[in-house]
Amino acid sequence: MEKSTAQVAKRKLTWLAGIAAFFTALLVWGTVSGQPGASLTPELALDLQGGTSIILTPTIADGSAASVEQLNQAATIIRQRVDGSGVSEATVTIQGEQNIVVQIPGIPDPTTLQLIKASALLEFRPVITVSSNTPSTESPAVDFSALNDTPATTPVNASDPAWITERVQAQFEALDCTQEYRQPGQVDDPTKPLVTCDESQFSKYVLGPVEVAGLNISDAFSGTITTQTGASTNDWAVNLEFDAAGTEAFSTVTSRLFGSPSPQNQFAITLDGVVITAPAAQAVITNGRAQITGNFTQESATVLADQLKYGALPIGFEVQSQENISATLGDESLRSGLIAGLIGMIFVMIYMTFQYRGLATVVLGSLVVFALLVYLIVAFLSWRQGYRLSLAGVAGLIVSIGVVADSFIVYFERIRDELREGKTLEIAVEAGWKRAYRTILASGAVSLTAAVTLYLLTSSSVRGFAFTLGLTTIIDILVVVLFTHPLMQILARSKFFASGHKFSGFDLSAARASYRGRGEFRISNSVTEEKVLKSSKEATKRQTIAERKALAAKGSDE
Amino acid sequence: MSKYRDLGNRLYSGESSLNIVGRRKLWYLIAACVLILTIALPTLRGGFNLGIEFRGGSEFRLTNSQELPQSLAVDAIQSVVPDVQVVVAQVGLADLRIQTEQLADVESEEARLALAEAYGLEGGEVASSFIGPNWGEDVTRQALIGLLIFLVIVSVLMSLYFRSWKMSAAALVALAHDLIITVGIYGAFGLEVTPAAVIGFLTVLAYSLYDTVVVFDKVRENTQEIEFSETRTFGEMVNLAVNQTLVRSINTSIVGVLPVASILFIGSLLLGAGTLRDIALVMMVGTIVGTYSSVFLAAPVYSHLRENEPALKAASDKVLAGRS
Repeated sequence: MEKSTAQVAKRKLTWLAGIAAFFTALLVWGTVSGQPGASLTPELALDLQGGTSIILTPTIADGSAASVEQLNQAATIIRQRVDGSGVSEATVTIQGEQNIVVQIPGIPDPTTLQLIKASALLEFRPVITVSSNTPSTESPAVDFSALNDTPATTPVNASDPAWITERVQAQFEALDCTQEYRQPGQVDDPTKPLVTCDESQFSKYVLGPVEVAGLNISDAFSGTITTQTGASTNDWAVNLEFDAAGTEAFSTVTSRLFGSPSPQNQFAITLDGVVITAPAAQAVITNGRAQITGNFTQESATVLADQLKYGALPIGFEVQSQENISATLGDESLRSGLIAGLIGMIFVMIYMTFQYRGLATVVLGSLVVFALLVYLIVAFLSWRQGYRLSLAGVAGLIVSIGVVADSFIVYFERIRDELREGKTLEIAVEAGWKRAYRTILASGAVSLTAAVTLYLLTSSSVRGFAFTLGLTTIIDILVVVLFTHPLMQILARSKFFASGHKFSGFDLSAARASYRGRGEFRISNSVTEEKVLKSSKEATKRQTIAERKALAAKGSDE
Repeated sequence: MSKYRDLGNRLYSGESSLNIVGRRKLWYLIAACVLILTIALPTLRGGFNLGIEFRGGSEFRLTNSQELPQSLAVDAIQSVVPDVQVVVAQVGLADLRIQTEQLADVESEEARLALAEAYGLEGGEVASSFIGPNWGEDVTRQALIGLLIFLVIVSVLMSLYFRSWKMSAAALVALAHDLIITVGIYGAFGLEVTPAAVIGFLTVLAYSLYDTVVVFDKVRENTQEIEFSETRTFGEMVNLAVNQTLVRSINTSIVGVLPVASILFIGSLLLGAGTLRDIALVMMVGTIVGTYSSVFLAAPVYSHLRENEPALKAASDKVLAGRS
């Protein structure tokens, strides 16, 4: 029996070492093999690193709330805008059900801010000319404003090549789609032609003035094409529906485009001035229901339909908060946080030594294991889940030292209780564990419930706090089960602790003294372990100390 | 030292015992007085001092202000936006915090540069923030909804675990007591209510319940077969449990307060007002009050709720009759 306890204890410690080794190996492998985002140190949140955090809430003109798809679209569009403006390492995330958080290192210039906040613009423009993009090796410094921008003849319609003025022609020729060709936040004149590229940067276009505005789209959805007999094919298409004004405008456009020579039978749909698709008109559409076909997959059709639907709503963004933290302040915060943590840990250790003597080494070991596991898992989550350690998170971790230490206190006090009942250390360690384990699990369940509920129902910093709380609770239980308890099992066999040495923390001589004279209530070394276990079980089942003391007193009188 | 350990032994055996459960009227009275005080003080002060996150506005932070006069900041901002009200406060050793009503984007950027120039700093050393008035409210509303749902779930869980709704009820009474007092003390000092403070309150909430569960688990253990006890009444048994966990309660609160105190100290000394200080302050008060209430409020309330149950009453009467 003794042997098996030690074996179980050793197996548990091996498990713990295995978990720690697993995460360490994973992190080292990720870092060495250069996995994106993998690093041996956890990523820091903005308040520790410095930078700007902007929280935006999408606002729709008619006052309705943005749907989840719209929010996703909005985040995608903002991401494209931020990336397009040359800001590196920006993160755009959706938080909760209504906010988009943009985090940018450093301080953004006002134009970038303007760009992020602007609403997306979806427009239908006819194609006047198109050519494939040829990357220019050098960019000739042409002064476009010096060139003539007045059409030679008055254009008869939006597809009229007369729109291509000397200046437009020069711009078109100089355009290189692989370069940055649009100003951040550029707003195009809807009555003027537009020189631009498509999303894939393969083709460049000269487009006529806007003929249908995005907000005239009433719906857009993807689906498979049905033949005239009603049979469904495997080809995907995007269906568009226009409102009354859109139906009329689109009817005019298609009646002109249909039958025109290519590319003037095409119309381009632009989002923020970039062509997302440029289908050719294959019929005159008078009922306001158009279908865009092509080599769509289910995915690409859905993406386009979402873009159209999103663009149909003029979503603007309201800035909820814009926070700017200088890198110096971030550094300072991190340093103070770490110093505070260290000092806190030292104080806890001093007090524990004062209280529990030799047992403080167990506390120290457990706290070190706890800190190590927290560090590894935070680093792992920062790599895989994009977790960022914030100042609130650091505070949460420091505060958790107290709660974790409490698990040890609960356990140690239970062991002492069992010793007071007169058990040997080895038995007390087990009996105390059974009770302490229940208490630790029950109280841990409360913390975990708090963490999960708050995590699911809140956003932003509260969520970060809930995450820290949940994480530390789980690791706390893990450490107590896989480290503190087995370590106690092993230590209980050592002479120093088992003999109740003055500095072991289990020196309860005072207790024995106080019981003496009331019936020699003291454990005798000659009693076998089984006997003690049996009798103590019996006793705890039925009697309180006072009862048993009374009994013992009676026994000695006889 | 050995006296302290000796105390632990005597508390455990019941040889020395603080009559906590029996003096419940005293604890109720103390709780009532403190509650009235902590509700009255912030009210007399004119409500809570809401942080910029709840009011909305612009904030600038200067690192390393080189001890130049604060009036420079007021002048710098008013050179950009005349007649705007500027509140300057020193935080930490050499940082300045400047708050104004909400400025437009362009104004805010100009004000930032003006501040940098006035104090001879690099542009990067001046941080600017802008916070819409809904931000703090949103955070708090979500937190409150989360809180309510958490309380419902945790009450059900505790009722199932302890097999008695009365323990849940007693724990919630203690929880309400802790929250009102913590919030009240925070308000009484006129400290700014920030989202960080709200997070602190949530921590206190989790801690308060956690601590009560630890004490109640011992109470549950001791009173499992109380109907058959011939030496102790129900109330006395609860009292014994509380006494037996008293050493743990004291150790836990000290160990809990130590790291928090170090955050508070480091946080306010080096950083001034901010996330760390707000959370630490709330936690400090909350940990102490939370530990106190588990012992002096939750346990007496639980005993009060149960001791008149017919079975327990009969058992207690028998015990008392045996004594006389």
